[in-house]
Amino acid sequence: MGRKILFVTTDQQRYDTLGCNGGALARTPVVDGLAADGIRYERAVPQSVVCMPSRSTILTGQYPSTHGVWMNGVPLPVDAPSVAAELQRSGYRTALIGKAHFEPFMDPFGRFTENMLARSGEPTATRAWADGSVGPHRGFDHLEFATHGAAGMLHYAQWLAREHPEAIGMYYSAIDASFNVNAAGGGATGAPQVHDNPVLRDWYHTEWVADRTIDWLDSLAADDDWFCWMSFPDPHHPWDPPASELGRVDWRDVPLPAGYPVYRSERERILDDKPRHWRMWYDGTLVSNYEAPRDWVPATLTDDQVREVNARNAIECELIDEALGRVVAAIERRGWTDDVDIVFTTDHGELQGDFGLLFKGPYHVDGLMRLPLVWRPAPSANVAPAVVTAPVGLVDLAPTFGAIAGLEPCAWMQGKPLPLDDADAARRGFERALTEWDSELFGVAVYLRTITRDGWVCTAYRPGHVHDGTEGELYDLGEDPLQQRNLWDEPSHAGRRADLLADLWDHQPRRHEPRLALEAPV
Amino acid sequence: MATVRREVIIDRNADDVWRRVGDPAAIHEWFPGMVASDVDGTRRTITTATGLPMPEEIVTIDPVARRFQYRLDVPIVRDHLGTIDVFDLGDGRSLVAYATDCEPPAMALIIGGATGAALVELRRQLESEPRPHDARSA
Repeated sequence: MGRKILFVTTDQQRYDTLGCNGGALARTPVVDGLAADGIRYERAVPQSVVCMPSRSTILTGQYPSTHGVWMNGVPLPVDAPSVAAELQRSGYRTALIGKAHFEPFMDPFGRFTENMLARSGEPTATRAWADGSVGPHRGFDHLEFATHGAAGMLHYAQWLAREHPEAIGMYYSAIDASFNVNAAGGGATGAPQVHDNPVLRDWYHTEWVADRTIDWLDSLAADDDWFCWMSFPDPHHPWDPPASELGRVDWRDVPLPAGYPVYRSERERILDDKPRHWRMWYDGTLVSNYEAPRDWVPATLTDDQVREVNARNAIECELIDEALGRVVAAIERRGWTDDVDIVFTTDHGELQGDFGLLFKGPYHVDGLMRLPLVWRPAPSANVAPAVVTAPVGLVDLAPTFGAIAGLEPCAWMQGKPLPLDDADAARRGFERALTEWDSELFGVAVYLRTITRDGWVCTAYRPGHVHDGTEGELYDLGEDPLQQRNLWDEPSHAGRRADLLADLWDHQPRRHEPRLALEAPV
Repeated sequence: MATVRREVIIDRNADDVWRRVGDPAAIHEWFPGMVASDVDGTRRTITTATGLPMPEEIVTIDPVARRFQYRLDVPIVRDHLGTIDVFDLGDGRSLVAYATDCEPPAMALIIGGATGAALVELRRQLESEPRPHDARSA
């Protein structure tokens, strides 16, 4: 019998939303406790700042360039490498419960396996599927899917329609009638994607994900080895937690985030110091990507809207923490605690008011790139608690799971098992983290390559719709933790910039050939 | 209106490709995610794998230009024109282009993505069949 793995992801959660990372809005005692007993990473970096590429990196242990999911809407091939498949082949019971998003959600033709699995009610693909593959799908022998609301054909939506049909219309419609991300505002401030949701807490998707996880764990034999990816759709927008919970954080009491310059002139000065798509999006003159509401202009964002978005985000983080607490208690009841590794992280961050912006896009700054990551190794492994400051990536998760299970390293994985402390990180060469952005939306193309190392973040822009390839961003994370002073063109930092760029280009991952096609908006 | 175009080169001559593409009742045989195609005059209703019926108006079937065009006629799509062109490359191969012009734009990505998969399947089917002259010689 080996170590079991509970892998917990949230969606679009910032580093500073956890108490253990200095967050003061949301109470997160469960994750804070795991951090105190385990390893807390202070510079965990995603390899993409949007869902599908980032989640594909988590599963494959490969960079987006290599697994090929270069933007949202590009499906990960069903035969892509998968750490879950490696674990399953070695005897682990495997499950993914919650948000997967390796394949597009928008699928009226029913072309994508995950949507059709959910629609069919089958736990996984155990026979030849339409694409010719044979399950278990991506190595998971149990799959139950959810996303950010009640729409669509995923398991949670079906469950809600079957058990509580009156609740379907309670959720915010994340997509509008034009199939764009909805710009409609709500709550007390009219903030986009904020909505008062009367759904009962017990029916909310956070609770459903925890409930289904506990049910699956309870179905296992005591001596089973298992890998469970519990994937919460929150705190990704829409910000529509159950209305019963809104009293947890009164938005009127929420301080404005440090990254939100109060004065408009200051916000705009900072934006003007960055490559021009930043300011163009803020002004509503350029929409470069699908992930933010097309009809929302960031310059209209008000102080109170920032407060309300942050309040609701904090409530969703609290609900996740409490749901995780229920799962941890269920593990304890099974007597497994000593042999269970728990890893908590997210796929990417959220701007959440930084620079006067919300949501996400081609903006490689801490709001999107500094992630919560906590690993509580199985107590039986006797790993000392630690804080790791060296840069690590989500690309390192798959090798970590393999190492926990005692598997031989897979040659196709591009990361390394996470370091146990900074000395281990130094010994094993955790020097840099790389992040990519490619997007092409109705003729607007944006391409970024970023390196995080030595306390600096450096982003190079390749030629695109509004960039000629000479632009870039360079931030000193120590002196400028909010990334408000772009040093790219500062002569005194030319040497630093050149060194970082050389390192960035020297370590670009191999590219997936042929380039995979964009199949849907998301 | 947004536009998405996908194309594929098929190692079969243009007449062979057109025989498949120009048959409005056969599209579900090579378009992944379509399970039925019912034609009544210039009206066609395709049914998707999710059970969604999608009525269409056939606009053009031109065997000389080898062009097929149709419009989706569903409330969620404000405007649409699908165009499939088969070009003779002169060396026994064909270029097939499948364009989707659509409003709202996001729907162009959804349909356009599906048309790309359809062209891949069309190529797979046609190239896995014996060439007509091969069949004759056999």
